[in-house]
Amino acid sequence: MDFIAAHDLDEALAAKAHQPDALLLAGGTDLMVEINLAHHRPSSVLSLRRVEELQELTAGRIGAGVTWARLERNGHRGLAQAARTVGSPQIRAAGTIGGNVATASPAGDGLPWIIAAEASIEVQSKERGIRTIPWNEFFVGVKRTSLAADEIITAVVVPEDVPIAQEFAKVGARNAMVISTVSCVVIRGDDGFRVALGSVATTPMRATRAEEMINAESTISDSVLDEFAHIVSEEVRPITDHRSTEGYRRHAAGVLARRLVERSLR
Amino acid sequence: MNVTINVNGEDRVLDVTGHESLLSVLRNDLELPGTKDACEQGECGSCTVVFDGEAVCSCLVMAADADGSSVTTVEGVSADGELHPVQEAMLAKGAVQCGFCTPGIVVAGSHFLETNPHPSEPEIREALSGNICRCTGYGAILRAFETVTGEGS
Repeated sequence: MDFIAAHDLDEALAAKAHQPDALLLAGGTDLMVEINLAHHRPSSVLSLRRVEELQELTAGRIGAGVTWARLERNGHRGLAQAARTVGSPQIRAAGTIGGNVATASPAGDGLPWIIAAEASIEVQSKERGIRTIPWNEFFVGVKRTSLAADEIITAVVVPEDVPIAQEFAKVGARNAMVISTVSCVVIRGDDGFRVALGSVATTPMRATRAEEMINAESTISDSVLDEFAHIVSEEVRPITDHRSTEGYRRHAAGVLARRLVERSLR
Repeated sequence: MNVTINVNGEDRVLDVTGHESLLSVLRNDLELPGTKDACEQGECGSCTVVFDGEAVCSCLVMAADADGSSVTTVEGVSADGELHPVQEAMLAKGAVQCGFCTPGIVVAGSHFLETNPHPSEPEIREALSGNICRCTGYGAILRAFETVTGEGS
């Protein structure tokens, strides 16, 4: 195995340009599982752990190398809530948001917040420099993204005007160490509610029909919330798998979205 | 490739050729079997070590990527033949059953108490949520930690 430890971003981009098939290693919480279970024996690995440029954490910019442990303490409210539900303290000390974005699992805990915040994914390559990919163009399928082979995810770029009323919750078999059965983020701003869900489609998704319905209402009454939850349940596109059933996920999606709308109003 | 890892205060030089984890080199090359190998997926916490100041699962650290880092294993938690207070408390409270999860709990728990010496019970539970005890002896483990933090008796 070829192993390259990049010490700064230029070195990482040069290495990725030279060896586009090199697998990127950050916290190791996804890649090492694949390797240990012998699903994957990459011929070359490029480690990003030492790249200082990926460690930046400000309101507007979350470096790809920022761990869940840091986001739990210093992230935007909804993302901090999501970070606290990732794995265990050991996993949160190692795993990064850039890894979550790159893996692009439908169940990625950080992803519903990214699409509710309408953040962009900043990627870089030696050849083409910086590309900033909007949230709705990055995730294209189950564990598939629009990242090119020679590119590295460098940051999540957060719009300046992201509203501060943000709520995250997920459903799973226990509190710790659980991959979500359904996850949800609600962000409430002057323009209304944004509703994003995970584990209910091939990619994290916005419940646009439910958003349109609730944002047309002037008062959020019980009957409005009932109708809203019903539309969320209809709108999601879950499957039945070893973790849950389609029917349960539809139900839980509606319950979670409704609950988070109520929380965001408190 | 050669990597140098400071393990329990001592620089160790290793020849790493493949995809092996830090867990694997600790146990097989450095002959430190205290760090346990169970799930190799980061689920169980039995391989917890302190890696550059953070408690992590050593099965999820690629050994090649550990070059230049410092690692404390359960063998390095006690000093000069004296047990760590967490170890003393686990002995006193019968918090060890089959013992397989114990090293991971000692490392994760002692590291946690360094940053939060007087945690509440929910904080202890959350701090140990990444360490699975398949004997389900969580009650005794919790009581042991409460005696260390001054909450229990």
